Order: sequence, then structure tokens, then C-alpha cells
Amino acid sequence: MSLIEITDVRKSFGANEVLKGIDLNVEPGEVIAIIGKSGSGKSTLLRCINGLETINSGSIQVAGAQLAPDELHLKALRLKVGMIFQSFNLFPHKTAGQNVMLSQMVVKKTPKPEAEAMARKMLERVGLAHKFDAYPDELSGGQQQRVAIARALAMQPMALLCDEVTSALDPELVQEVLAVVKELAAEGMTLLMVTHEMRFARDVCSRVVFMHMGRVHEIGPPAEVFGAPKTPELRQFLGAQH
Amino acid sequence: MGYVFDYSWLADYWGVLLKGVLVTAELTLVGATLGVSLGVACAWARSLGPRWLKPIVATYVELIRNTPFLIQLFFIFFGLPSLGVQMSEIQAALLAMVINLGAYSCEIVRAGIQATGQGQFEAGWSLGMTRFETFRYVVLIPALQKIWPALSSQIVIVMLGSAVVSQIAAEDLSFAANFIQSRTFRAFESYIVATLIYLALAILLRQLLRGVGFVLFPRRSGR
Repeated sequence: MSLIEITDVRKSFGANEVLKGIDLNVEPGEVIAIIGKSGSGKSTLLRCINGLETINSGSIQVAGAQLAPDELHLKALRLKVGMIFQSFNLFPHKTAGQNVMLSQMVVKKTPKPEAEAMARKMLERVGLAHKFDAYPDELSGGQQQRVAIARALAMQPMALLCDEVTSALDPELVQEVLAVVKELAAEGMTLLMVTHEMRFARDVCSRVVFMHMGRVHEIGPPAEVFGAPKTPELRQFLGAQH
Repeated sequence: MGYVFDYSWLADYWGVLLKGVLVTAELTLVGATLGVSLGVACAWARSLGPRWLKPIVATYVELIRNTPFLIQLFFIFFGLPSLGVQMSEIQAALLAMVINLGAYSCEIVRAGIQATGQGQFEAGWSLGMTRFETFRYVVLIPALQKIWPALSSQIVIVMLGSAVVSQIAAEDLSFAANFIQSRTFRAFESYIVATLIYLALAILLRQLLRGVGFVLFPRRSGR
């Protein structure tokens, strides 16, 4: 059984059908890059997987947790998949450490000392142990994004969804975040990432999904997708990258 | 202009003034605490609550914001007893203030919630928090921080507006000033003293609210 099973998912915003029947299975430990033009539905697909968007039809399942619109199902699902956002979304009134501790204590009812120990461990993992007491506005964009990764990891998810996690960063800060993601991939974390970092996708990912007009247009290992694109749309997309 | 100022009555009546100050302070502190709590609850209901609750809260808010405080007070103190609801002057005054501040602070807090980016909600949800937990732990404090100056002003307005409760014989500072001038016929002096005390109370209250802000919001800037 796959870790993430996406079956014939359709999603419309009003009359505009953004996802036109998506099928995708993700095995444990896979690192998948979702590429495509803006408006092709890649972010929407990611947001459907943890229920930030409701789907019109089809089904999504993560490690046995079924996507359903009620809070109980959503919570069960979201405990299995973490999400990292383009704009970090750290809680501005809490320190880095408190950001990582909060959901453990609120959602999992973890006692404070254990939540704090976990927070220190996760911040260390992203190289920010020394920023435990810093507030988000005292951190660079790259550091904020790494705290956001630590915050998601502290919930011990089985997979991480990364929605253009480096797009809001200055060029010199992109690498420090990608390095952390790369390390997670090497440790066997299942990753689904919408990204514009083609070289990263080529180097790190096990499969690349090219989305076009709300469909999975091409899918395969990076060598195939980047080296021998089958469709003119993908060739055009890759050509426009340089 | 042969008027001679005379403050000698202060020696006899300072106790009356002090009692008035204490009543005004008590009404303000209790009224503000309960009123803001009601306002936060209503702001949650009106912006994030269940669909059936929204029109109920909206009706309450608009009813209170579009009628005079004095009439609300009279309705509670003189009107409700007809339905068998009896209250002391202080209880009626407090209830009127809580209901009034609740409506105004609802709209102020709601503005703070609306100014909070969708990303904050989504971050909370995606970590597994329920909608209510996300509001309580993620959204509320930054939202309050954004509107704290406006909310502070509204609380000061309620404190100053509490002078009206003397009209139902709640023995606040205004009641004390009225009482003293009716006994001493020193209207100018009575009201100038009351004015200065109100001014001092308002300044004190603003400082107190600033202090609460420092405790509540560890970061001065927030998005």
C-alpha cells in the first residue's frame, strides 16, 4: 500500500476546474517534485492533500487517514502530513522554540518539558539550536523557514508537503533551506514538493511530476523527465526555464 | 465677577468623593474585563463561529451600537423589573457597561482578526490544531496586539461614559459631585474637582492598559 494515495481528485474554484482528475501514489521515502507553470494546479494539489482545500470528487488517503471535511478526520490526516509554506507563517508572538512547542502541547497534549526537549532537538536538526529564544522578526528568511521545518517535524509526520519553500527567499538564503530539505530526503522522509528549483529536483527527487492544465501531464524519474521529455508542453516548460 | 472660590467643603466631603472614585474604578475594571471578554467571544462568533450564530451576534452588536447608552441603562434598570428582573443600581450599571463595551469591542477585535493573514490560520490547521485552537493560541494575541490602542481608547471611553450611571443613582464619582454641589451650592468647585479626578483616572487607566499590553504582547511589532 502506498503512503499517499490520490485517486481521481477533482477540484473547482467556481466554474474554473483547477484539478481535472489527478491520480498519484507516493511510496514511503519517495521525494517527489511537482513542477509546472503557475495556474497548472500544483499548489492546489498540495493543499488538497492536507485538507486546506476541499475536493469536489475523488479521494485522498495518507497512511490510512482519509481526507474528509470534518475536524476529526482532518486532524487525523494532518497528524500524518506536515506542511511548509512559501511565506513561513511562523507565529510572530512566539519564540522559535515556542513555535515548535505549541502544537505538540495543544494537539498532542505533550507535557511542556518533553515538548521543549523535542523542540531543541528539531531546532538542532535544522541548525538553529542557538536561536531557541529568538523571535521570528529577529531571524532571516532562511532561518524562519528552517524553524518552520522544525515545527512541522516536531509533530513527527510521515510525509512533508513543501509549497515553494524557497520562493520567498533571497537567492543567497535558498541553499541553506534546500540543504535541510536534502538532509531530510537522505534520512528517508517522504517529501512532496512544489518547486521551481529544477537542479534541486533533478539531484534529489526520485520522481518528478509535471502538471499542465490541471492534469498530471508527465511523470517519471528526473533523468527521464528532464533528459527526455515526451510532450511538447514539458519541452516548452523546461526550455522556458533557462 | 465677584465670585470667591471656596474649596473648604473638601474637608467634609472627601470621603464621598473617595467612595465615588472607588465605585467608578470598580465599575471600570470589572466592566472592562467582562466587556472585552464578551467582545472577544462575539468577535470569534462573528468572524469564525458557526453560521447560525453570526446573525444573532450581528443583531446584538448593531442594536447596541445604534442606540444611546443612557437608554440602554434605563431599559436595564427601569425596564427589566417589569419582567421581574430586579437589580441593584451597581449591578444594572455594570451590566449596561459590559453589554455596551461588548458590542464595541467585538467590532474592534474583529478588525484585528481580519487583519491576520490567512497563512497564520493555515499554519495552525496544518499542524493539527482545530479551528478554535488556532484562534485561541495562534490568532488571538497578534490580533489583539494590532488593535490594542483602539481597544484601550474604547475602554477609556467606557470609563468616562460611566458618569451616566449616576442617573440611576449608582453612587459613582459623578453622583458624588452632584451630591456635593447640591449640598454646598459650590457647583463650579465640585465639578472642577470631579473633572480633575476623571482626568487623572483616565491617564492612570491608559498607563495601566499600556502595561497590560507589555505583558500580553512580548513582541512590539507583529504581522
